[in-house]
This record gives sequence, C-alpha cells and structure tokens, in this order.
Amino acid sequence: MIAELGHFALVLAFAIAIAQTVLSFWGARALDVRLMDMGRTAAVTQFLFFGMGFAFLTMAYVGSDFSVKNVWENSHSTQPLLYKFTSVWGNHEGSMLLWVVILSLFGALVAVFGNNVPASLRALVVSVQGLITSVFALFLLITSNPFIRLDPAPIEGQDLNPILQDLGLAIHPPMLYLGYVGFSVAFSFAIAALIDGRIDAAWARWVRPWTLIAWIFLTLGIAMGSYWAYYELGWGGWWFWDPVENASFMPWLAGTALLHSAIVMEKRDALKVWTILLAILTFSLSLLGAFLVRSGILTSVHSFASDPERGLFILMILFGFIGGALTLFAWRGPQLSQGGLFQPISREGALVFNNLFISAATIAVLTGTLYPLALEAINGSKISVGAPFFNITFGPLMVPLLIAIPFGPLMTWKRGDLLAVAQRLMFVFGLVIVVTIAFVAFHDGGPVLAPIGIGLSVWLIAGSMVDLWERSKLGKVPIGTSVARLTGLPRSVWGTTFGHMGMGVALLGIVYVSAFEIETVLVMKPGETTQIAGFDVKYNGIREESGPNYSQAIGTFVISIDGQQRTILEPAKRIYQARQVPTTEAARYGSPSELYISIGDFQKDKGIVVRIYYKPLIQFIWIGCIFMAFGGAISLTDRRLRVGAPKRARAKRAVAG
Amino acid sequence: MKKFAKLFILVVFASWLSVVQAFAIAPGEALDDPVLESRARELSGILRCLVCQNQSIDDSDAPLARDLRLLVRERLVAGDTNQEILTYLVARYGEFVLLKPSFAWHTMVLWFGAPFAFLLGLFGVYRSYKSRIRNATITSSGLSDIEQEKLRKILEQD
Repeated sequence: MIAELGHFALVLAFAIAIAQTVLSFWGARALDVRLMDMGRTAAVTQFLFFGMGFAFLTMAYVGSDFSVKNVWENSHSTQPLLYKFTSVWGNHEGSMLLWVVILSLFGALVAVFGNNVPASLRALVVSVQGLITSVFALFLLITSNPFIRLDPAPIEGQDLNPILQDLGLAIHPPMLYLGYVGFSVAFSFAIAALIDGRIDAAWARWVRPWTLIAWIFLTLGIAMGSYWAYYELGWGGWWFWDPVENASFMPWLAGTALLHSAIVMEKRDALKVWTILLAILTFSLSLLGAFLVRSGILTSVHSFASDPERGLFILMILFGFIGGALTLFAWRGPQLSQGGLFQPISREGALVFNNLFISAATIAVLTGTLYPLALEAINGSKISVGAPFFNITFGPLMVPLLIAIPFGPLMTWKRGDLLAVAQRLMFVFGLVIVVTIAFVAFHDGGPVLAPIGIGLSVWLIAGSMVDLWERSKLGKVPIGTSVARLTGLPRSVWGTTFGHMGMGVALLGIVYVSAFEIETVLVMKPGETTQIAGFDVKYNGIREESGPNYSQAIGTFVISIDGQQRTILEPAKRIYQARQVPTTEAARYGSPSELYISIGDFQKDKGIVVRIYYKPLIQFIWIGCIFMAFGGAISLTDRRLRVGAPKRARAKRAVAG
Repeated sequence: MKKFAKLFILVVFASWLSVVQAFAIAPGEALDDPVLESRARELSGILRCLVCQNQSIDDSDAPLARDLRLLVRERLVAGDTNQEILTYLVARYGEFVLLKPSFAWHTMVLWFGAPFAFLLGLFGVYRSYKSRIRNATITSSGLSDIEQEKLRKILEQD
C-alpha cells in the first residue's frame, strides 16, 4: 500500500503544482488577491504532498520492502538503520525525488515568508517556482518513478553502493541540493521581475537572503563532498576537477558573483540588468549540473545516446528554462532602466572586478567540463581535461581576484581612492612581506611558488580584518567603546570579514598541503617501523572482523613521536557482502595537519601495501569553507535582509516612542 | 669541524632518503636514478589512468595505471625524451591519455575560451561604462512618485 500511496501523493502534488503555476500567474496579472492566495495555498499543499511521497519512500526503505524495485536495487536488510534512511537519496530516482521535494520546499517558503515582497511580484515568483517544480515532477513520474513494484518480491535487496554507506555522504546530497535548488528562487525572482518589466534596488534586497541561503548550503555541501572524497577514497585527494565536482562548483562560482552584484544593486541601484542575467545563469548552471550528473552523459556520450530517455528529458528541461529565460531577458532586459553612476575606482568598480574575474573563471570550468563532451559528440575523438588544464586556466584568473579582495570592502561607493586604501593596507602588506621572507628563511625546500601562495593567504586573512579593525578604533578609544563599536556594526560587515577570511584560510590549506605533503607507499610486515614527517609508524598486524553488512580486515599501526606513543591508527579494508565491492577506510591522526594511513593489497609473507601521507594544514581547506558559510549565515541575520524585518522594527520603535 | 662535516653528510643523506620515499607509487617501481625518477613522476602526473575517473596514473591504484607507470619508466631508461614518451603513449592510447589536453587546432576553443570570455567581459564593462556616462542625463528609475516615496522610506529605515 505504501508505495501506491506514495505514487498517488506525487501525482497529486504534480497536479497541485500546475494549479499553483496557473493560479498565481493569473492572479498576478489580474491583480486578483483571491487567486494569488490560492496560488500560495497550492504552493504549501504541494510541498506537503511531495513531502508525503518522500516519507512513504523512506518508510519503504526503513521497512526493507523489497517489493518496491527502487528499494530492492539500493538497500539491504542488514544495513544499519541510518543507511536505510540515506539509501533513499543514494540512487537516481530517490535523489530526483529529493530534488523535487526541495524545489517545492523553497516554493512553499517563498509563499509563506515572502511577506515584504509586493503581492503581485510574489505571486509571479510562486508561479515560476511552481512551473519548475511541476516540470521536474513530470520528469520524476515519467522516467524515474521510485515506486515501481516487483512481482514476485525478492527476498533480499542488492544493497547500497558501499562507498555511499558513510555519514559524510549521507549529509552531502541534501546540503548540495538545498544549494543547487535554492538558486531557483533567485531565478524565479529574475523571471518575475522580467515579466513585471520593472526592477529596483528593493528587488535585490528581497532576493539576497534567498541567494545567501542557497550559497551557504552549497558551500557546505561542496566542502562536505571534498572531505568525504578525502577520507573515503583512500588516497588523500580532496579535489579532482572531476565533471561531477565541476557541476557543483560552477553554480557556486556564479552564485558568489550573484551575491556580490546584488550588493551593488541594493545599495546603488546599478548593475541591474547584469544581476538579473546572473540570477538566471546561476540556476541554469544548477540545471546543467543536474543534467550532467543525472543523464549519464559523463560516463560516455555513447551510453547517453543508447539510453536517452532520461537524458533527453532533462536536456529539454535545460533548454526550455535557459532558452525561455534568456529569450525573456533579451526581450525585456533592454527596457530595464540603467542605474546609478560610479567611477571605475569605487566599491562598485571593485565588485564589477569581482564579477568579471569570477565569471571568466566559471567559463574556464565550463569549457573544461563541456568541451570533451562536445568534441566527442561532434567527431568522436576523446580527450581528457584534468587537473593540469584547470590549474593553468582557472588559477591565473583567481590570483588577481584574491589580491583584490582586501581592497573591495575598504573602497567607498561611487568614487574611491585607491591610494588611500593602499595606505590603509600598508601594515598588512608589511606583514605579508615579513611572513614570506621568514617562511623562505626557515622552511627549506618546497616549490618556489609556495611562499608566495602563503603570503597571499596572509594578505587575505589579515587584509579582511582591516575594515573591522579600523571601525572598532581599537587602541584609539577605550576598549569598551571599541567593543560597543564592533557589536554595533551591521552584521553584513562581519559576514564580509568572515567570508573573505575563510577564503584566505582555505587558500592557506590548499597551498600548504599541495606544496609540502609527504607521501610514501611501501610494503610492511608485522613488527616493522617506518618514519614519516617525524612520526614513527609501527605496523602491528592485521585482524579480521565483521560488521553488520560487511567483513573487514583492520590493520593496527602504532604512531609515536620520539619514542612516545601518541595514538593507534586502524585503517581497514572492507568487503560488502551483497555487492562484493571493496572499500578502504583510511585512519587519520592530528589536527589541523593530518597523518593519513590506508592499506592496500596483501602481499606474500604477511606483507601489506601501506600508503602513508602527511598532509600539513589540510583541515584548513574545510575550516575555511566553514568560515565562509558562517560569514554567509551572519550576513543573513543582518536586519536589512531579514524577511519582514522593516515592519517589526517599526513596531518596536512605536512602542519605544 | 669533522663532527660538523659528518652531521652534514648525514643530514644530506637523510633528506635524500626522504625524497626517495616520497612516492605515491607502489613499492619497487621507482627507478634508481633520481633524475629519471623525478621525470617519471612529472609525466605520471599528467597521464590519465584510462580506466579511472579523472585520476592520474600517479594517484591510481588500478593495475592499468601500474602498467603505464612501468611503461613510462621503461621508455625513460631507454633514453626517450618526455615529449617522445607522450607522443608514443598518444599513438598507442589516443589523446585520451593526456590529462592536460594538447595544444592544437581542435582544442583552441578549450584553451582560449576563458581568456576570450574575459576580454569580452572587459570590453562589455568598458562599453557599458561609456554608455552610462552618455545616458547619465536621461536616466530615470521608472517609478511613480508614490513608489519613489515608499522606496525612500524603506531605504531610510537602515
């Protein structure tokens, strides 16, 4: 019954989503409040029904109901309960359902919380959101129905892909989807503004919190994915420039640009046309990501062509939305008025600089990801585009941007004074010189560029704090006044500081681990000891154990420094019974630098291949990402961005007066 | 002084040892000649493990990657230049083996896409700046007076 109820809930939700689209649009055009309200109710209702469908699928998984094909394909009765839950989205159908649920969640959130947005604009946003949801719901129902039954029902399931049976990967997709899909709200706002034919600074203020929410989740989702790859894949890589990663990285880059250009629009009423375009492009890149990952085109262009149903459907969605949006943009965009004037050297100018470089970097990633597919489709020749390509094309675009980051927040609006800003950064520049020279003097070896990269990180971290430092007037006024000044600052200033600092922290980790990591691969026999980066690593032997749905061989390594035992690391190799797939479970020690051990094949005479890495400051990469997301979260609490805030503030003042 | 010299030699020797240890390749593959070995490492970093997803043969555990690593070293010992080895591998496995695509006519768009987009963007910024100055006198925000007043109130609340 459960599967049928779930299926029915999805169909119902699809129908309601269509009603939402039509009623809201009609209401917005006719300025009919009742229709618009019905549209909002529909948005909430369809979310409830999609949520119900998701809940029913989850029940089928938790109850190991193998008569449901999707459950049979991706679950096993011996799985721990947690992974029965996460199996729900660990496959194509389930993850598409999650995608649709999150889409409808955002639609419902706009319908419920968008109180400060003019009713007709909100109705248009709800309508576009409904359209996106219903199209993806149709895709789900036609090509990827998760509720198909099997008859007779198999006794046992085929288990979830073992490398996905991990807590990190359990959290990764929902985070990523909240990010991907969250950008749909900015997209809907852009379309609504284009249909409405008007746009002003307030629009940017309404869109920014939604963009920020999506950006925060996408930042965390990407960081989570990178961390997962690092500890789960067993060779310590944390970013591969793999098309799947690029698919999530491109919307992040565009979303970052969007956050910045929306500031200009909000404060200065400028860059309006560009911001609208960016809002469209950001979600288009999310859709492209969905297409790349979900159509199977990445494994091979040919396998895509041989089973094209899903791929073609998403491709049609992709072309429909991007083409439609851009056509609307080309038609209405030129009618949007130009905004405020500014000199090239100004805060606006700095943000344009940011947008220019980030957009070009996005295109570098885009060409690197799509070109091999296009070339193969055109003349069948296969080429690889890997890390060396991206280091050459993406890297040089990032460096000027990173150098410019500390300048931006110090610039004044309209007309800035580069020289004055440079003077205020003099102290930081001195610090960078000192750190770089000290590093060269005290740290032997490593690539020539390493000290420069470290200097750049210091520049970013310290430079980001200059604004706060100056505003607090620390040292010039009593401490209490300084603290009061700091706490009284707009939250967005704090957000900016943390965001930019996070970039510096992540860069420090990236530079350090790329330049100074130490790796060794060797065969060890029980009782043998090896040295790496000051650690003595002693191999004590192996033992067999069995988990709930796997058996594993665990190696025991005693880690000591100068004869003093620090810890015991137990990397393992697992075989999952159902699929007979091996996975590696690396063991790690230390923070923020890590010692990383994973074990490989067994050799003759009890020997075993051991990979040991020393990854200096590697955790800074993810800590930096957390900083960035935290900065975003602080910005989100800024009074000006809080949804519905102006009203409440006014009420308070009335009481006080 | 003699002590110092001994220590010096020891340090140099130890650091050389640590360099030799710093290989992500399976045991027994490394060449004895450190110069050739470092060239082998350099090449391994830009060659794709053909059966993996976007991994270089340097990073991969797959048997094919191991074969390629050994092949590269064989050619190095035989005296090939880096370019000769790459050409040989491309002839044998196709361009797919290169993680860093070759620089040729069919990869022009790939290599110059981003720089071109950047220049185009730069030009666009310049154009819009110029036209903005030209149109400065005739801009209007397109809002009615009542809306202007509302907007002013909203903005004043900060």
